[in-house]
Amino acid sequence: MKNTISVRVADFLKNYPPFNELRSKDLEVLSQEIKIIYKVKDAIIFSEDEKAHEHFYVVHKGAVALLKKPNESMVDLCDEGDIFGLRPLMANEDYKMEAKAYEESILYAIPIANFRPFTKSHDGVANFLMESFASNTRNPYSIGRKGKLFQDGPEANDAPKEGSDFLDLQSVNYSKKLVTCTPNTTLKTVALSMTKKKVGAMLILNNKLPIGIITDKDIRNKIATGEFPITAKAKDIMSSPVITYPKKMTLAQAQMAMMKSGISHLCITTDGTPNSEAIGIISKHDIMLELGNNPAVLMKAIKRAGKYKKIKTVRRGIMSLLQGYLRQNIPLTLISKIITELNDACIKQVISIALEKMEEQPPVKFAWLALGSQGRSEQLLHTDQDNALIFEDVASEDLQVTKEYFLLLSKQVTQGLNAIGYEYCPADMMASNPEWCLSISEWKERTFHWITNPGRDEVLLSSIFFDFNRSYGESFLVDELTEHIFETTQKYPIFFVHLASGALQNPSPSGFFRSFLVEEDGAHKDFFDLKRRALMPLVDGARVLVLSSQIKSINNTAERFEKLAELEPNNQELFLACSYATKALLKFRTRQGLLHNDSGRFIALDTLSKEEKIKLKRTFKTIKELQELIKIRFKVANLVG
Amino acid sequence: MISFFKKKKTNYPDFWVHYVEQFQKGLPSELNEVRFVVLDTETTGFDYDNDRILSIGALSLQNGTIEVKQSFEVFLYQHFYHAKNVEIHGILKDERQERITELEALMLFLEFISNSVLVAHHAAFDVKMINEALKRHGMPGLKNKTLDTSVLYKKTLIKSPLLIPQEQYTLDHLAEKFDISTRDRHTALGDAYITAIAFLKIIQKLKSQKNFSAKRFLK
Repeated sequence: MKNTISVRVADFLKNYPPFNELRSKDLEVLSQEIKIIYKVKDAIIFSEDEKAHEHFYVVHKGAVALLKKPNESMVDLCDEGDIFGLRPLMANEDYKMEAKAYEESILYAIPIANFRPFTKSHDGVANFLMESFASNTRNPYSIGRKGKLFQDGPEANDAPKEGSDFLDLQSVNYSKKLVTCTPNTTLKTVALSMTKKKVGAMLILNNKLPIGIITDKDIRNKIATGEFPITAKAKDIMSSPVITYPKKMTLAQAQMAMMKSGISHLCITTDGTPNSEAIGIISKHDIMLELGNNPAVLMKAIKRAGKYKKIKTVRRGIMSLLQGYLRQNIPLTLISKIITELNDACIKQVISIALEKMEEQPPVKFAWLALGSQGRSEQLLHTDQDNALIFEDVASEDLQVTKEYFLLLSKQVTQGLNAIGYEYCPADMMASNPEWCLSISEWKERTFHWITNPGRDEVLLSSIFFDFNRSYGESFLVDELTEHIFETTQKYPIFFVHLASGALQNPSPSGFFRSFLVEEDGAHKDFFDLKRRALMPLVDGARVLVLSSQIKSINNTAERFEKLAELEPNNQELFLACSYATKALLKFRTRQGLLHNDSGRFIALDTLSKEEKIKLKRTFKTIKELQELIKIRFKVANLVG
Repeated sequence: MISFFKKKKTNYPDFWVHYVEQFQKGLPSELNEVRFVVLDTETTGFDYDNDRILSIGALSLQNGTIEVKQSFEVFLYQHFYHAKNVEIHGILKDERQERITELEALMLFLEFISNSVLVAHHAAFDVKMINEALKRHGMPGLKNKTLDTSVLYKKTLIKSPLLIPQEQYTLDHLAEKFDISTRDRHTALGDAYITAIAFLKIIQKLKSQKNFSAKRFLK
């Protein structure tokens, strides 16, 4: 019997092939037979050589990785709406790959017995399956990303080569959203439409047949140079004839074709000749994006993204880039600069999208602050979002309305950030919380209170908040607040003593015999807490030293230590060691995080090599020395005693 | 049929006796094997004495899996009606939805839930509404173990001086935090589905806490 849930399931499926080929009645009936399965991250859905289940799967939420032995290389990553585990059912085989939840996921399990009749009665369904099996892609009709973002870095070819062959032979995904015009369209219209749709090329169609193409380059070379007047028509400057290809071509073929003819766009037609209907276009950008591994391409993709979901896809590309960099042992300072830049761009884009979604423009100027690790540019992996918002002062009668506007905006942004992979802050330290969305005067008052009443909570709040960094909006608001904080701390130096004592609160990394201290209970029993026991003492130490030395606008912990080394020649050695330790630990954490697809905070010691353990222990010595220095400099003992 | 209304204990209707018998079996000790029934009721209002159930939606959840076929959705005939509630639930009294009597609904519901663990958001309200309906037909209250997602959710929140917990967390709040689509909100089965997904995510969070035990969880 049809019910609310089956209708909900059907409503989702009807948007994705091959279910879009089914009549809505049939889909309703099929939806009633479905099971909805919740899988936590890393849960196995089926393993290699396991006997095929009675149903295949569609990803409703989250993502599922398909992995292949011997080294668990990722063959495919299935997103919302993607099908997996169908081929073995059709071919009566065992599973050839392992399917594992890449994120927390909700799956629809569709019984093959109920689905099989459609593969016979509906040509569209049958064709889809044929094509997807033949082309070895899960969804031959998909546009945009898809393909493999997980190509190995150039030097890392100890990994099996089949991965990259697989990629080259993968059929190319072309954009089906054609931007076209007629031969008599004026160039101004062409340029406006290209700008609006954010594309680099426009097809000129005559009765659906492609007769020419205009790219950015044509406009530059032929109009801006004065060769043609701005009043010219599309047909005057278009490149003709168009180079056309059939839709079944591989990535490698597409790349070759572009290189051969020195062009950046290929037109796809029904039969591959210019005498049939144009159905799509492949740009060099599309191909670059599929190959991933290029910050410039990723950056462009972020700026083009009009939806949160698109950014999420790009972020996976960023992760694979990071992985490649680490494998190539590129210095962490450089890695974190690039990755932070890309992450910042993602956040900016989320805020721009959120602003567009708002009905009105912001009533006054504002700034969006990243706090914590994001503010310190130390966030390489997906972690929680910590953020805050400052807006300009308004008349007291307008404060309520203004705040409501920014809270609404912040809610949009935090939801967007959540959608692209930043978990909500468990302590609700986000701009969507009225406590963290304040006018500049309110912020000044708040920070003044923290500094002059340094209780336990106030010190904790300060240590999180004082690493703020602007990610969007007006910098004068941020500067004003920074200035205020420095002035206030100078007037109330006792604050530093409290901040310093807070910095010494972190538990020690090693025990009496220099053995690692591991967690004693909880979900991470017997794991080493890298963040709390090793990174935090360095981060907290750097903060109090930098604040008390009145060093402004350096947020990154390693850079803070470098600056301190410069200012205090007699402690130079220690501070440089601290800077090195911070980088080493961060790199360590990032590696561990990528390995386990988590935040890298907790480390299973038995998975470390002896060399890694020694490296780790060496940083502990530095941490101890740093803590001694802080204890003496701020006379923390007095306070405790 | 008259016997339904006699209040003598020995004369409970067969379906009730059958329902009670189910409890002779204990619950499995493994959380994966326990069958949860996640439910929600839509009512004419919040007054236990005067308001009535308009619809019950419930689904069965076992080992992280919801079978669409195994869901329960009934709409009831009720004479008592508040116009203002129609706005919330969108259930119109004369909307052409197949309707059954309260007694039929209770019979089907007891059959569906059996001895499963009940889960609902603000469970006390739904259970009380159902118990009042049972009472009107001469039966004692539900015997199932009950879990409340609003209470469980509070347990997932970290203890931090920076986080001031609220008194109440609405289903909308949970849906937002867990990124669950709120379409079908304010239909009984739609709300039950949102509750179910939130419940799965809550269990996951609780499991990662110190000293989690399935036994205590189900107590």
